[in-house]
Amino acid sequence: MWLFIISDALTFTALLVAYSYSRLTNPNWSTPFPIWPAIALSSTMSVILLSSSLTMVMGVAAAARGDRRATVKWILFTMLGGLLFILLHSYEWMHLIHDGLRPFSNPWNGSPLFGATFFGVTGMHMTHVAIGVIYLGIIATGFGRGKFTSEDVEVSGLYWHFVDLVWMFVFPLIYLMSVKY
Amino acid sequence: MSAHANAETHAAGTGKTFAWVWFWLILITAVEVFLAYMHIRPELMLTLLVGLSTIKVAMIMAYFMHLRWEKLSLVLWLIPAMVFCICMILIFFFPDGFRMEKQRKEHVPGSHYVAPAARSQQLVS
Repeated sequence: MWLFIISDALTFTALLVAYSYSRLTNPNWSTPFPIWPAIALSSTMSVILLSSSLTMVMGVAAAARGDRRATVKWILFTMLGGLLFILLHSYEWMHLIHDGLRPFSNPWNGSPLFGATFFGVTGMHMTHVAIGVIYLGIIATGFGRGKFTSEDVEVSGLYWHFVDLVWMFVFPLIYLMSVKY
Repeated sequence: MSAHANAETHAAGTGKTFAWVWFWLILITAVEVFLAYMHIRPELMLTLLVGLSTIKVAMIMAYFMHLRWEKLSLVLWLIPAMVFCICMILIFFFPDGFRMEKQRKEHVPGSHYVAPAARSQQLVS
């Protein structure tokens, strides 16, 4: 899992560098996110993701103690956090798409690359969250039935924290650097 | 059994430790959002945000991902290689990015810069 995380971290680095490069080299880059509601919404999403990391840590600790019921309970809370994140993020996407943002066109007369990088980076991250929710669902079911060990839970925890970790860079670079004043 | 379990959870941090780490992560996030609210210079903003985010990521890796309690060799195996690769990516991309930005800034006020759209119109006419 650590090897996967390192390679995936470099994938996200490449995506964020591509975004930064596009931003640096293109005039009139759009900064379309007002503090209310866009930044407030994405901050809420950050808090949800951080909290889901905390519940995952609790799940891993419960698994190490051998407490199956508590482990499954904490993992379910984590999955709930992930689902909430996806839901809020999809809501935001729908809103932006409704405003006319596409990967190849920009409703605010800025560089069309804004849409490409925005959907590329956040879409890749959202895919990771969705895969994480499915992964945790499998782990919770298997651990509850005694098929998986506490080590499997710990490894799935590593993946979940990694998804959280990536958002810690995506959130400031994509959202907080693009505030509309 | 329970004594052993307690010793194990202690070695890998307690619920209280994790709750504190979570609290600090939320606090740093709040500071970042406040910085966005303050509307400071983009260069300073970017430096502060990347700095704060690096602290957050280090906290997540150390506590949530248990690296603090792992063998040092794992950390030495993972982190320097990753940092090296990230530095390589940055070294390859950013000098060119800054060159392009400089070129653009030099050309916009003057009259020789022709926007791509206008250029294609010129070609047509």
